[in-house]
Amino acid sequence: MSALRILVPVKRVIDFAVKPRVNKTQTAVETTGVKHSMNPFDELSIEESVRIREKKSAPGGVEDILAFSAGPTKASDILRTAMAMGADRSFHVEVKEGDDLEPLTVAKLLAKVVKDEKRNLVFLGKQSIDDDSNQTGQMLAGLLGWSQATQASKVEFEGDDFVKVTREVDGGAETVRAKLPLIITTDLRLNEPRYASLPNIMKAKKKPLEKKKLEDYGLDTTRRLKTLKVIEPPTRQGGGKVEDVDGMIAKLKELGAL
Amino acid sequence: MLSSVSRSVLRQARPQFRVQSLSQLQRLLSTLAVLEQNNGKLNTGSLSAVTAAKKLGGSVTAFVAGGSIKSVAEEAAKVEGVEKVISVDNAAYDRGLPENYAPLLVENIKKGGYTHIVAGHTAFGKNLFPRLAALLDKQQISDIVAIESENTFVRPIYAGNAIATVESSDDIKIVTIRGTAFAAAATTGGSATIEEGVDPKSECTTEWVSEDLAKSDRPDLATAGKVVSGGRGLKSKEEFDKIMLPLADALGAAVGASRAAVDSGYADNSLQVGQTGKVVAPQLYLCAGISGAIQHLAGMKDSKVIAAINKDPDAPIFQIADVGLVGDLFEKVPELTSKLQK
Repeated sequence: MSALRILVPVKRVIDFAVKPRVNKTQTAVETTGVKHSMNPFDELSIEESVRIREKKSAPGGVEDILAFSAGPTKASDILRTAMAMGADRSFHVEVKEGDDLEPLTVAKLLAKVVKDEKRNLVFLGKQSIDDDSNQTGQMLAGLLGWSQATQASKVEFEGDDFVKVTREVDGGAETVRAKLPLIITTDLRLNEPRYASLPNIMKAKKKPLEKKKLEDYGLDTTRRLKTLKVIEPPTRQGGGKVEDVDGMIAKLKELGAL
Repeated sequence: MLSSVSRSVLRQARPQFRVQSLSQLQRLLSTLAVLEQNNGKLNTGSLSAVTAAKKLGGSVTAFVAGGSIKSVAEEAAKVEGVEKVISVDNAAYDRGLPENYAPLLVENIKKGGYTHIVAGHTAFGKNLFPRLAALLDKQQISDIVAIESENTFVRPIYAGNAIATVESSDDIKIVTIRGTAFAAAATTGGSATIEEGVDPKSECTTEWVSEDLAKSDRPDLATAGKVVSGGRGLKSKEEFDKIMLPLADALGAAVGASRAAVDSGYADNSLQVGQTGKVVAPQLYLCAGISGAIQHLAGMKDSKVIAAINKDPDAPIFQIADVGLVGDLFEKVPELTSKLQK
């Protein structure tokens, strides 16, 4: 079996525990002064890649794990985290704050990285928790003409470059089998990401982080989707509390829910 | 002389222009709704795509593919609002694997010249549509909850904490829709013609091995009118089953769970409600032992009536619940169940 050359794209997003606020001009969500961290699904991608190496679960072993991010200057922090978790090196394509790339553009960018860096396995999160699109992995697979296994909850390797992936689907799970090269997107049940230990954080500072320029990839980054406005969802007013179960049943009947 | 010539030229040009604009208009309004099927049965949940397609205006063509597709195509032909059904009979498409299904759609889209391609934002749609969009070099619009015009759509972002209105400049709009925002189209009243689609017979590089679907006689979570949902407060799988399932049966409700309950193994992952699980919007969402984290609210806050039982009076769930009851769920839920059974 071929050695795995893994690519893990990671995205810097508003921390999942923060409640996002729409800005005053209703053009976007307020991002300044808000805590950011690695997209939770991307942590699963890094974790899975590192586990494959540690557990030697792939017969051919892991040659290297390359983390990648396209984002503002601070996306470097996320890449450092990825390296502290076990990625070997990383690429950072700097994108001006507010000039976020669309999934299709990111997929095109990744397709180039995959070719340049001769990757044969890409782990992506199933979706980023800011835009909630759930597209990039599938688009990348389409552009490369590779197999895809989305929403993975289990990844197993077999001889002859075959990978068996259990996927979360509506109503349960399904298992598919494909040959490398392959795109896998991660679902929450796949693993529990580790915390980067202090020594590993220190070590990660010495790992190579290469700055790349978007222009070098020669991509058209014009947005196809224009955001016309962003608003807060209608707020839901709680209806207050009831004293006991009878009160609850009465209220539900009154509301026509029973 | 010159002016009369130019006037007559104009006069001639005008009707032509009109015809042209009409054909352009028609081109602007032609939607392909990609429907799902399981084992020779049309997945009626996927008919939300037809409803969304109808809202776009213009003609609606439904697309189905799979082995022995005839009965599915006939079912689809009866769906209200569908003018034409394109069916491709080939068992290779049974599992909706995107490696061959996406090229299949590309060929049929090229042939039909559709301007909008719509499917549900389901496991099938999520897996397939972005690959399709990439093959067509279009930027997909995911999980829309409203259609403002043929190129402007509304979609939640940040786990539903913000609602974005986006305008697409692509000539073909690849759209997945949130099922709870568009009711499924009626399965009767239509009389569409059935046409055989093109089958490029692309090789599928992925092999389907097996499936493990949670068996349940209860209503489907995503489309149920009532949902009861349990969280970490249930403490164990045994308690979850003992407490929540009788309540679900008393109400005729589907069962859901929070991520905490799923992660702790109390409930199957397919029951998870929230940003990373299912989005539901039933008439009644009754939850017990769920605190109400934003990721969970993303999956249920569009429910008509929300009822919550929690022992913590300060739990965020009470801020949005229409009916809140502070108390121990191990007492309150069985009491509620027995009173509902009467």
